[in-house]
Amino acid sequence: MTLLRLEPRGEASRAMVYATPLLAVALTLASGFLLFWAMGFDPVKALHAFFIAPLMSLRGLGELAVKATPLVLCAIGLAIGFRANVWNIGAEGQLTLGAITGGGLALAFYGEGGWWLLPLMIVAGMAGGALWAAIPAFLRVRFNASEILTSLMLNYVALHLLNYLMHGPYRDPDGFAFPESRLFEADAVLPLLVAGTRVHLGSLFALLAVAAGWFLMARTFIGFQIKVIGLTPTAAGYAGFNQKKIIWLTLLLSGALAGLAGLGEVAGPIGQMNPTISPGYGYTAIIVAFLGRLHPVGILLAGFLMALSFIGGEAAQIALGLPKAITGVFQGMLLFFLLATDVLIRYRVRFGAKRAVVGRAAA
Amino acid sequence: MSAELALLGPILAAMLAAATPLLFAALGELVVEKSGVLNLGVEGMMLVGAVCGFAVAVQTGSSTAGFVAGAAAGAGMAALFGVLTLLLLANQVATGLALTLFGVGLSALIGQGFVGIPIADVPELYIPGLTDLPVIGKALFGQDALVYLALAAVPAVHWFLYATRKGLILRAVGENHAAAHALGYKVIRIRFLAVLFGGAMSGMAGAFLSLDYTPMWAEGISSGRGWIALALVVFATWKPGRVLLGAWLFGGVTIAQLHVQGLGIDIPSQLLSMLPYLATVIVLVVISRDVARIRLNAPASLGKVFHPDA
Repeated sequence: MTLLRLEPRGEASRAMVYATPLLAVALTLASGFLLFWAMGFDPVKALHAFFIAPLMSLRGLGELAVKATPLVLCAIGLAIGFRANVWNIGAEGQLTLGAITGGGLALAFYGEGGWWLLPLMIVAGMAGGALWAAIPAFLRVRFNASEILTSLMLNYVALHLLNYLMHGPYRDPDGFAFPESRLFEADAVLPLLVAGTRVHLGSLFALLAVAAGWFLMARTFIGFQIKVIGLTPTAAGYAGFNQKKIIWLTLLLSGALAGLAGLGEVAGPIGQMNPTISPGYGYTAIIVAFLGRLHPVGILLAGFLMALSFIGGEAAQIALGLPKAITGVFQGMLLFFLLATDVLIRYRVRFGAKRAVVGRAAA
Repeated sequence: MSAELALLGPILAAMLAAATPLLFAALGELVVEKSGVLNLGVEGMMLVGAVCGFAVAVQTGSSTAGFVAGAAAGAGMAALFGVLTLLLLANQVATGLALTLFGVGLSALIGQGFVGIPIADVPELYIPGLTDLPVIGKALFGQDALVYLALAAVPAVHWFLYATRKGLILRAVGENHAAAHALGYKVIRIRFLAVLFGGAMSGMAGAFLSLDYTPMWAEGISSGRGWIALALVVFATWKPGRVLLGAWLFGGVTIAQLHVQGLGIDIPSQLLSMLPYLATVIVLVVISRDVARIRLNAPASLGKVFHPDA
């Protein structure tokens, strides 16, 4: 007595590839409506405060770009890895390392910087992130250790390392006991792009990463290899593609981009080192990557949507006293709904008992 | 008795307690993986179990009710995972990550009214004479019920998997779901039950943390233990007895790190806090480097999507 059946489609539905993210957003909003209502808030007012009010000012739109920047940077790199079945979930730690190495330079050359300091910090940030990602890459290639678990463990290690530095070498010598560094000097801060907002040079880097990511995946042989390895590893093996090289490449690349995101935070909106650089950008970037269909342009759009969930959460907290944790619930729900509706890409939902299907392509 | 020996007793007892949440979560995940499903959402299920267990224990005043609620909440989260991966055929890695991200947010939301609330300690076993034994007394005979329950779960899971017909079927489903399906076994139903069991065990692990080990609620209270449990399953090469070994090892590292700080050895505490995570990476590397061993022991259908028509 099957009332609801899944019937394989002959081929994946192109329409559903674009429709399911929208469907997932709609379902998330509907669930949010119910959730706010269940918590005793006026759902219309709460949804307005969360998703619309923050966009009604130039400052709000600027904040959207500021928050989208690290998300897009991290997600572009992660998505390229995910395409090759390389599951880097250590973007949070790689972001932290980028902040530690790049921000460390700003502190090391405090008072003796110059025009060269910022470019050096950017390079150091990317190198720091790439270095942190090189650990799971090495352990996977050399010892076959799951990059999922090693990259995740390193997130915690990076966080403790940052904590140590903030209570030791990085702490402001004149700052009493607060675990904060000195404020970066002007030559160690990313220039602003739009007056009246906090949008900084990092946003431009994020756009460049989108373009470069698209070019890599759509127009180069490396991108082709990544896609083949992800879809059919055996075929990639027969074609002689070097899987180890792709593991190294995707992890180093995503690490460098995450490191750049971290440097962009401390040399951008934060302007100093502190123990709470990221509200979980590296984890949210995983959602951004999937929601954007692992495609650079999709990731750009998804990055803005997820950025909205961060600033909406803050705005709703101030306006209505909604708990901040709601942001995480929304983000998780969105990914759930996306994964659930994705079944429509490859399967049709049929009601009623099974009928004979003639000429169905083998799935 | 020398001072060092006097210290050893509490250290042993603390080690066993620290190993308990890992034991629960890893044994649950082991059964899930034996059925061919990879659920990376252990951390999320643990957190939701921790906060629900704590909330119920505060409301009812009964820690037993709290543990039951924690297990139920973990199973509820697992059901979500089961619907997505088993019925809607979603990618297991992505769905597991989603479960963790969702669990982190949901537990923080539920728990916001419970931060900083004290809770009555769970009573510990006391057997006159035995508990008072030097060194091993407190460790062996002075723990609370859940520590013993976790220990009992090791042979129980082993017995179920290797000595019962149901366990044999579960392993068959995990090794080759197409063949099991052809033999008439309900692959999806069996996997769903395994996933629910794994969720309940993770929920128990979480409730143990918030009701007993810490005991209080704080955001992100599990601090990566769910992920360490996942690594333990690999470390144990999917064998229940070796999970116990791994859990003790990690309990030992956790406690050693605390005691090194206590002994006044001059290493910054933040660096010592890295130890359990670094240890996880190291044991993972040591086990995984033997590719043949992993391939022999890992369930052959692990992480693969099953659709009866495909």
